[in-house]
Amino acid sequence: MITKRIIPCLDVRDGRVVKGVNFEGLSDVSSPVELARHYSESGADELVFYDITASYEGRALFTDILRQVAETIFIPLTVGGGINTIEDFDRVLKCGADKVSVNSGAIRNPALIGEAAKKYGDQCVVLSVDVKRVDGEFRVFAKGGRVDTGMEAIGWIRRCVENGAGEVVLNSIDTDGVKRGFDLEMLAAVCEAVRVPVIASGGAGGVEDFVTLFKTLPAVDAGLAASIFHFGEVTIPELKAALKQEGIPVRLTI
Amino acid sequence: MIAVVDYGVGNLFSLRSSLRFIGAESCVTADPETLIKADKLILPGVGAFGDAAAKLRQSGLDQVVIEEAKGGKPLLGICLGMQLLFEKSLEYGEHAGLGLLKGRVVPMEGTLPSELKIPHIGWNALHITRQSPLLRYVREGDCVYFVHSFYAADCGESLIATAEYGAALTAAVQQGNVMGCQFHPEKSGRVGLNILRAFCEEEQEMKSEE
Repeated sequence: MITKRIIPCLDVRDGRVVKGVNFEGLSDVSSPVELARHYSESGADELVFYDITASYEGRALFTDILRQVAETIFIPLTVGGGINTIEDFDRVLKCGADKVSVNSGAIRNPALIGEAAKKYGDQCVVLSVDVKRVDGEFRVFAKGGRVDTGMEAIGWIRRCVENGAGEVVLNSIDTDGVKRGFDLEMLAAVCEAVRVPVIASGGAGGVEDFVTLFKTLPAVDAGLAASIFHFGEVTIPELKAALKQEGIPVRLTI
Repeated sequence: MIAVVDYGVGNLFSLRSSLRFIGAESCVTADPETLIKADKLILPGVGAFGDAAAKLRQSGLDQVVIEEAKGGKPLLGICLGMQLLFEKSLEYGEHAGLGLLKGRVVPMEGTLPSELKIPHIGWNALHITRQSPLLRYVREGDCVYFVHSFYAADCGESLIATAEYGAALTAAVQQGNVMGCQFHPEKSGRVGLNILRAFCEEEQEMKSEE
């Protein structure tokens, strides 16, 4: 039986993981390579790296780090942030990424997803979308969730999947950072609309939130979170043990 | 030396990294001489069966792979590379494979329960159907990483492991020196690295099955 995936997400700027981290046994808590290894050994099913660098030098540093991670960690790696062109896909895929996540790049250039899917396959293209409720509808936000595009989200997601997005990461701005659980209503609407894997993001505050997510919405394939893992509030082994106890299929590595 | 057959499909970064990581000496090559001199071959592949089969044929490497495999050289097909080992595929038409193993490749669409998502993507548990050298370090229920929309059917005796996804999908095959994984061992953590390790280890052990 296919298992539910648990995915830690690392924001990287100028070669360093941005959010504060504190783990025993890690000599350098903001080293993406060390943190990635720690997560992989703890049983993370996949890792997402977001490049939040603005500069050219930072971008080169990012791909260098990605290469180091991919040379030593053998689980799927998704890369996002600053993906605007086919050349950007090429750049990160050559450095060991398995999937590439597009967000604002697809909003600016809606043809990007189709072109990338044709070249690299649907399985390689992940639509990442920041969604917030505005005037009673789900609205797509751009630029890291700061700008309302005016686009209705479910229709946008459906179009992107039709064009070749092989997975959808749904980040609810409404629940993000609140730590009171994933946005079940929004996720249900997306799962209803598309048949590709849906990854829940935004709102995880503890183990129970993942249990609730997978129990309430069996159509959701994965849960993504950053700070609760980085701060050690939730460890992946304890999370997976709890999910297993609730009868949710997970991959156990230990 | 392990030669990874380079016929212009797919990203070989992770495969090369994983082989290096387990200490196996490997090269990526399209040179027939190098393939013939190599101790073992890996046939990778992603994308569409028809395109990949055509590229392999155009490069002429299909005959090299077939002859080397028939001569007893260990060969591991990965993902689409495994599918190519079979007689044919029904992916968008009908395409001939290398014919090294009995069986055919069929779409999930229309054959699996409609509520299942296609592709089959993610970590799934292996059910071992027969003991084999390739999976000698794998335990029943170990998870590996899959990404595919087509699967091999009617594999007969070569079947060594399945994964449950609406049906018992072919996950791994071995018939003597010809082996294949539908999943990506280079992306399947420790379990996957151990499968590659089993393949890379001494030839005698690989053949001990007979």
